[in-house]
Amino acid sequence: MDPVDRRRFLEIAGVSLGFGALYRAAPLLGVEPEAREVSRLLGKKNGEAPSAFSFVQLSDTHVGFSGPPNPLGTQAFEKAVEIINGLPDRPELVLVTGDLTHDSEDLSEHADRMRLFGKIAGRLRVPMVRFVPGEHDAGLDGGRLFRDAFGDTSYSFDHRGVHFIALDNVSKAKPILGKEQIGWLKADLARFPATAPIVVFTHRPLFDLRPDWEWFTTDGDEAINALAPYENVTVLYGHIHRENVHRDGRATHYAARSLAWAFPDPSDAGPKKPLPFDKDQPFKNLGLRVVGENGKRGSAPAVREVELTLREFSGTVGIQQLLKGGVLS
Amino acid sequence: MKRFLVLAFVIASALAAAGARPQTEEPDAPRTIAITAKRFEFVPPEITVKRGETVRLLVTSQDVTHGFFQRALKIDSDLEPGKTAEVVITPPEAGTFTVICHNFCGSGHGSMKLKVLVE
Repeated sequence: MDPVDRRRFLEIAGVSLGFGALYRAAPLLGVEPEAREVSRLLGKKNGEAPSAFSFVQLSDTHVGFSGPPNPLGTQAFEKAVEIINGLPDRPELVLVTGDLTHDSEDLSEHADRMRLFGKIAGRLRVPMVRFVPGEHDAGLDGGRLFRDAFGDTSYSFDHRGVHFIALDNVSKAKPILGKEQIGWLKADLARFPATAPIVVFTHRPLFDLRPDWEWFTTDGDEAINALAPYENVTVLYGHIHRENVHRDGRATHYAARSLAWAFPDPSDAGPKKPLPFDKDQPFKNLGLRVVGENGKRGSAPAVREVELTLREFSGTVGIQQLLKGGVLS
Repeated sequence: MKRFLVLAFVIASALAAAGARPQTEEPDAPRTIAITAKRFEFVPPEITVKRGETVRLLVTSQDVTHGFFQRALKIDSDLEPGKTAEVVITPPEAGTFTVICHNFCGSGHGSMKLKVLVE
């Protein structure tokens, strides 16, 4: 292991499972005294020192949707639950990044869809599941049904030393966070050192991916600016029904696939129309096809190392600065 | 003195005549285009303007609250039902711009678009 790797504090292995993204937070602690010291200091600051865990991101299950792009209803979602429950290394957390349900103008029908989502998600044998709404959950009623079923639409929590932030950019009906939420985000971030591992999860992209497809957040740049001082930021989102990786400064933004249907590549000039259902490959583009490939010889999953950028602690705001009593003093 | 009074009378008459003249649109007044918003379309679905031309878009929602958004043209308006929003644009460059409804209005929301052709 080279010196940089040894100094790496936390890394995330993203497994392209298609039903979302599996991340393993694998801290390489205890390798060097300074790493242990950073862990101790972050633990003191955050209330909990980073340690190893894995989590899953699910997105866009659209429970209640019925139409040609997905004639299978909730089958992909249910399959994903089975797969998660069968993972040999059980994740500790599942994040669901919106559009749990498909909208209905009949509030009773929409409530039924929320209940059905909750019933299927309730089969997940994981200690913790957290949600943010999508516009199909919360756009028509300002998030009332969602809050009744799943709680607040924006909040934060800490898990094993990683700070998770849920942002709501849908329940005002428009793709907007709003001044109040951005103010809350800034206050929430203020207690953390620049090196703290931060995972933001939200529904729409915070950056302008394709504004003419409504793949953006009007004031997302304010959230990105608030996150900019932090070195180790990962933003997970849904909405676009396909994988996408975008780097913005020191933050990396990852989109998850849907469990209902896929949208085309945003670099295409054509319209935003769901990709057609393929009866011969019913989960095509939902990505479940890669899940079974869990061996190492010729059938290895599309595992890629994705740093949660708790980068090496030798940078300008790295371990030396921390140990000098800089940001943590 | 008499000459002065005559001159004053002539000027006053001319001013009165000008004031009584029916108002006409100023020659450089921007062109106005009326647009209707309703679930899940803009009518007309396409308009054409000239590069550098200032155009007033009068957009009226006929049903629910809609949005009217186009990043490059700096359009970001809410369309309240029954009200007419005035949106003034002066496209700086030619091209095709898609204005979207960015206020979620139901399952067909994603198809609610207005194409602006700038020549």
